[in-house]
Amino acid sequence: MEHFLLSLITGIFIGGVAGYLGTLMLSKRMALVAGPLGHLTLPGIALALLYGFDVSLGAFPFVILGIILIWLFEMRTKLPMEALTAIVFASGVAIAFLFLPIEQVETALVGDISKVSFWDTLLVSFLCLFLFLIIKKIYSKMTLINISEDLAKSEGVEVKKYNLLYLGAIAIIVALGIKVVGGLLTAALVAIPAATSRNLSKNLFQFSLFGLLFGVISSLFGILLYKFSALPAGPLVILVSTLIFLISLACKRRQ
Amino acid sequence: MDTILKVKNLNVELDSEKIIENLSFEVKEGDVLTILGPNGAGKTVLLKTLLGVLPYKGEIEWMPPTHHPKEIKIGYVPQRLPFIKDIPMSIEEFFKLKEASKKEIKEILNSVGFKENFLNKKIGELSSGQFQRILVAWALIRNPDVLLFDEPTSGIDIGGEETIYTLLAKLKEKRNLTILLVTHDLSVVFKFSNFVICLNKCPICQGIPKKVLTPEILYKLYGEEVKFYEHHRH
Repeated sequence: MEHFLLSLITGIFIGGVAGYLGTLMLSKRMALVAGPLGHLTLPGIALALLYGFDVSLGAFPFVILGIILIWLFEMRTKLPMEALTAIVFASGVAIAFLFLPIEQVETALVGDISKVSFWDTLLVSFLCLFLFLIIKKIYSKMTLINISEDLAKSEGVEVKKYNLLYLGAIAIIVALGIKVVGGLLTAALVAIPAATSRNLSKNLFQFSLFGLLFGVISSLFGILLYKFSALPAGPLVILVSTLIFLISLACKRRQ
Repeated sequence: MDTILKVKNLNVELDSEKIIENLSFEVKEGDVLTILGPNGAGKTVLLKTLLGVLPYKGEIEWMPPTHHPKEIKIGYVPQRLPFIKDIPMSIEEFFKLKEASKKEIKEILNSVGFKENFLNKKIGELSSGQFQRILVAWALIRNPDVLLFDEPTSGIDIGGEETIYTLLAKLKEKRNLTILLVTHDLSVVFKFSNFVICLNKCPICQGIPKKVLTPEILYKLYGEEVKFYEHHRH
């Protein structure tokens, strides 16, 4: 029971902040970037599983590499993001499967929240609170940047600094997110709650708040379902999120 | 009137393509300057360079106006913001991005002809005419000395266009504004501005619109005969 509670707390913290950050990523038309980043972490996850250390720790150097790649692609070249997605996806998965122990494949791909310890949970909670505060602090300026970088620059916003903080936040949430949903489903963790929220919100305050709430609710019910079924938690979290999205679509139609 | 902007030998190069070459001009306090030229002539680039968001060679010197000799404040009205409608946002929140107080927002909204109940309206639900007025109002927060305005006519019906110019004329008087306006619409130049710069990468002409905009110059500027060269005055 105690273990289950730790999983639940960890999941809720990560899901909430991922949904919150997801709204900013959706505004920047970057919501799917968490996908290739997640795939890229697979070799790191494989190493962590092989040598028995924390998967997020293993993933982190790879996610940083991914962020640098995105930064180079987005800021320095005119190459489309799809190219990056394809290259990174393929390489990440391919390298991971060279040495990933076959019995650990499921954990690597779709996560295993049941493995978190007390200290993990404590660390994740702190990190998530810290991330939440950072995102809250940059939210308004980032929104202006997402509307128009020129407009933001003309207002004296240090666009590079904010983009760096924003990308850093993405790196951390992806590294944490693989605890809950593994290397394959990180895009869904940030993108779906945000998309749901956009369907239902009338203003920016609701947009960010609902993103966070739908992230929390998806993790909560996903992990509860996992408790009462023999199914893995990661996919359940994502499927609950998808279900809420579908309901939001129906609500939007009716408006 | 005192000079508010001095530009000397301005050269702008983007992705190793020359966009603006050897442009020099001056703007005086209270001027309405139009930057005229065909599509791709570098008008928007010039505006953004003056705003300080693009790299350049040469000199751009903004001088604070006489009535408050501190730093000059510039308001910018972009041509379009294609992504803003994808973000759920109320008008009040849009102004809060600029750290405006509620009182300030209400005043500004009034001055561009909106009522207070517009505060909670979603940006995505505005008509293009309404949205342009909101952008003007947004640029006016914190009382700028200069307004840089990119293509006010684009995407607006005639009725809306009419109001945006009468509105600008009114705001200019009330707020001591100097206005720099990008356009490819000749009627706007004659009706609204007292100084024009013709630009097609290289500067083609500059001066008082009625004096410098001869059919020959326009032919040179647009590369074809422009029949409609002075808007009939009402």
